Amino acid sequence: MKDVYILGIESSCDETSCSIVKNGNEELATVILSQIDIHKNFGGVVPEIASRQHVKNITMVIEECLTKANMKMEEVDAIAVTYGPGLIGSLLIGLEAAKTLAYIYQKPLVPVHHIAGHIYANNLVKEMKFPLLSLVISGGHTELIYMEDHLKFEKLGGTLDDAVGECYDKVARVVGIPYPGGPSIDKMAHEGKSTYDLPLPLNDNSYNFSFSGLKSAVINLNHNEEQKGHVINKEDLAASFQDVVVEIIGKKVEKAIKEKNIKYFITAGGVAANKGIREKLANICEKENIEYSFPEIKYCTDNAAMIAAAGYFYYMDNRISTIEINAKSSDVLK
Amino acid sequence: MIEKITTYSEKETIEIAQNFESEKFPNMVICLDGDLGSGKTVFTKGFAQALGIEENITSPTFTIIKEYPNGELPLYHMDVYRLDGNIEGVGIEEYFNKGGVVIIEWADTIEQYLPAERLDIKFKVIDENSRVLKFIPHGQKYEEICGAVL
Repeated sequence: MKDVYILGIESSCDETSCSIVKNGNEELATVILSQIDIHKNFGGVVPEIASRQHVKNITMVIEECLTKANMKMEEVDAIAVTYGPGLIGSLLIGLEAAKTLAYIYQKPLVPVHHIAGHIYANNLVKEMKFPLLSLVISGGHTELIYMEDHLKFEKLGGTLDDAVGECYDKVARVVGIPYPGGPSIDKMAHEGKSTYDLPLPLNDNSYNFSFSGLKSAVINLNHNEEQKGHVINKEDLAASFQDVVVEIIGKKVEKAIKEKNIKYFITAGGVAANKGIREKLANICEKENIEYSFPEIKYCTDNAAMIAAAGYFYYMDNRISTIEINAKSSDVLK
Repeated sequence: MIEKITTYSEKETIEIAQNFESEKFPNMVICLDGDLGSGKTVFTKGFAQALGIEENITSPTFTIIKEYPNGELPLYHMDVYRLDGNIEGVGIEEYFNKGGVVIIEWADTIEQYLPAERLDIKFKVIDENSRVLKFIPHGQKYEEICGAVL
């Protein structure tokens, strides 16, 4: 069979990225420009700055990627691009670039859902097997997705309010840790002890999550300790908070593995880099005796290789779009 | 006329939001202010239910704007905290006359861009479960709404 080369473009948040992937599993080249240092000053991703930076970076990133792969646009079979969900101004820049390339070089345009990309990042590491369970956790998402086969996405549950990464960032803000707070909380959690009492959020029989109440509980705890004149131990608070997050995620993942007869478990998204969460999930998979894959950190955060990998399967399934397609800030994965 | 209401649970905050059921109109703008965890998103959930929106309302912090087009009127739910007062190029003003209802969290950070006629609701945390909601209508239409629902 002839090899298929997909050029992927991703710009849904603060990374501008381009990648070329062969046959959906072999990464030939990836270029990522992150704006995280710029956004650090603002305590979060600032959309206007994000889209301005994407405009500045996008052509550079695409050119650099082709050079690195030693390929010409003519040799690419199709162009895959994130159309949503994400920051609308940021998405538009990647999408317009992809449309322009598709039009000029007469290549098929393959719109890819951002979450599908995160899931397919795993295919670059190890071949995906089914039935598969995927936990997607990031700054904007917390979702449990069941897949019977390639591209057959069934959402079992998700967050009812805040995403898990967002909750980490907001808790970090409460205790005065600079953006992005998640990795710092994870690190501090390993230095502290779980001494503070926090409620297990949405401890029910559903596959849904709720982190807004936990965020409020941390705010209340911090406030009450301050009023009593106590100095809060930030490491212990981080450990207590992380403990509760890890436990509830672990509980729902374990339930899904058992009930859905899962053979293969993967995690994806920026928060999948969290050490506490990884350890817990690895334990569960070993206990349940199923295969699992946690992609390297570079595949957990936003990157275009995952979009190109997913794009391969979309392309082979003939999911091609006209250039009229619009970016969507929110969209259900199907 | 400024009205103050104390709620003693999330459920009560949701019920107040649902009172807006028959009073909503196209291009309505509601601005919510209050600390993290004071109930802004909870209020929006109640409001959305009354609009007949079946989807679950999740936090718009990450994407700034979330659109829910499938209710009796479209709902545009925004969180402008991360914009830090700089809304240029985000397109927020375009939503004020799109025919839907706009709910903006952390609206006080972008006050100079808000329409003159609107409803402000300030959330104040009293203790773990209690909140004081202060309703400040700007303009005749919003005065009437407050009179009808509160």
